[in-house]
Amino acid sequence: MQLALGPVQYYWSRTDINQFYESILSTPLDIIYLGEVVCGKRHQLRAADWLELARTLAEVSDKQIVLSTLTLLESNADLNWVRKICDNGQLLVEANDMSAVQLLSEARLPFACGPAINIYNQRTLSHLMSLGMVRWTAPVEMSGRQLGDVLNACGSKPEVELFAYGHMPLAYSARCFTVRHLGLDKDNCGYRCMEYPDGLPLFSQEDEKLFVINGIQTLSGEPVNLLRHYPKLRALGIDILRISPQWLRMEQVVAAFDSARRGELNPDLLPQGVDGYWRDHAGLELIARSGADSTDGCHT
Amino acid sequence: MELVCPAGGLPALEAAIDNGADAVYIGFNDDTNARNFGGLNFNDRSALRALERIRSRGRKLFVAINTYAKPGSFSRWQAAVDRAADLSADAMIMADIGLMEYARDKYPKLSLHLSVQASATSVAALEFYRRQFGIRRAVLPRVLSLKQVQQLAAGSRVELEVFGFGSLCIMAEGRCHLSSYVTGESPNLNGVCSPARAVEWRNGANGLETRLNGVLIDRFADNENAGYPTLCKGRFVVDGKRQHALEEPTSLNSMALLPELKAAGIQAIKLEGRQRSPAYVAQVVRTWREAIDEVLQRGADFLVKERWRGTLAKNSEGKQTTLGAYDRPWQ
Repeated sequence: MQLALGPVQYYWSRTDINQFYESILSTPLDIIYLGEVVCGKRHQLRAADWLELARTLAEVSDKQIVLSTLTLLESNADLNWVRKICDNGQLLVEANDMSAVQLLSEARLPFACGPAINIYNQRTLSHLMSLGMVRWTAPVEMSGRQLGDVLNACGSKPEVELFAYGHMPLAYSARCFTVRHLGLDKDNCGYRCMEYPDGLPLFSQEDEKLFVINGIQTLSGEPVNLLRHYPKLRALGIDILRISPQWLRMEQVVAAFDSARRGELNPDLLPQGVDGYWRDHAGLELIARSGADSTDGCHT
Repeated sequence: MELVCPAGGLPALEAAIDNGADAVYIGFNDDTNARNFGGLNFNDRSALRALERIRSRGRKLFVAINTYAKPGSFSRWQAAVDRAADLSADAMIMADIGLMEYARDKYPKLSLHLSVQASATSVAALEFYRRQFGIRRAVLPRVLSLKQVQQLAAGSRVELEVFGFGSLCIMAEGRCHLSSYVTGESPNLNGVCSPARAVEWRNGANGLETRLNGVLIDRFADNENAGYPTLCKGRFVVDGKRQHALEEPTSLNSMALLPELKAAGIQAIKLEGRQRSPAYVAQVVRTWREAIDEVLQRGADFLVKERWRGTLAKNSEGKQTTLGAYDRPWQ
């Protein structure tokens, strides 16, 4: 199985972004997605800067570099950003919204569909494949059983990718929750989300970490972690596992998944997280410490 | 400007027709529609009666089949499309690409409206659904400012419908997994958000508590109105501050923008609330009928009457309304 690094969800400075991708080059990841996927106002790197970074990475490394597009488009300016990414003329694009699917399919270019595209059944998958989709990352709320149902019904299938580690993107809004928390307004946001490189945690009044606020995006409070399910993922026919970028300990996460694919699965290397969605339960359910296999939702 | 009104049952449908709906939208009583609540919606017999009532009064019937077909259960969604086609509904409101492909292939003459659950917010996204499935109309998500709606209307090649009044989704519809993260059931696959089976109301030492699948959503003092525990309207703690971190309990009301929406070429106004009572539907529909008639007559001189404002506030979540994302400062 291949290992992919998803796009950075948070707002990191240009320097931090450059350093981050430089450090990633020496990891055993096979695929790197990059680009702004959350907020069209973020401007440390604009479309042209992402394109330049992507091209540079593609030149110096043998990893596959894929450009990811914005998820929630709200203006013509956002659409123009997406258009520039789609028109890059060289690298595969991951569409995170139907706007990008339209632009890419119209240009008869192959494309990947990110987890925010609503592909829940085989017929939708086939339709998008007929338009040029070559890779599919399943929606984060899909269970192993459901994914198996879709894949079993497929005659031909695209490359299948699964969001296997990291805080899951759960929702997108017009409202910026970071500036709401700070008492500012969105038009004068001061790009304050940059102060929270792993987002701003939101707790219930009983101190349960429910969500992470990241500008207009809401992420899961706990990271999904499907490491212990690795053998099942492989048996199901998943081609690529996606790891979502985080500020700290990125190499440790990559190393744990890399060990698994080299036949040395050790869930204790990465004990934290949730896997409820995978098991057909509420997404926030913590990984079962014992008997994980007996509650595994994948019965294919 | 067409007034599109909700009905969760025949009494609400009658109320909508009697009070001036141009079109009424309904769903079948299963997970093929986004208001899959117990005791709500239509079976084949009541749907047929709904159609008869609609036809005898010269109105339109739309059928919402606007969840995403579950893997392994595509046939149930397909059957819902067949049932809506058998009814000769005036339009089907849909979001699932595979299902729209089926509807287009099998019933090429049937009008397709793109559901808000498909979350199309750009000219390119609208164009995708127009070219692939020939959609006639799209319902816009409640995430766009008035200026953005105007921008979109200027470039759109399909009719646009926007939300006028009702519960406020603050997340882009069809792209929100908050409910399934906490309860295992989602709007996309189950047609429910914060499902009733997961809700608990409990009097604790610290006041009345509302919970969703055990997770504390809010805690109310004696003098506070306890609202339904929807995840995006709970009170949470961020950086030590207890607050409505996402949104307060409130309803959307865009009535004040009617002249601008009309000038932008918006073809229809949608009222939310298939889960609401016939009395609610009657009051809200009548109020909007009067307002739309007034804006058609007076154009830019339209003013929201106090009486209308009062009726809508009374029927709002938390007794308050907002312009939501239409109004930039809200964002």
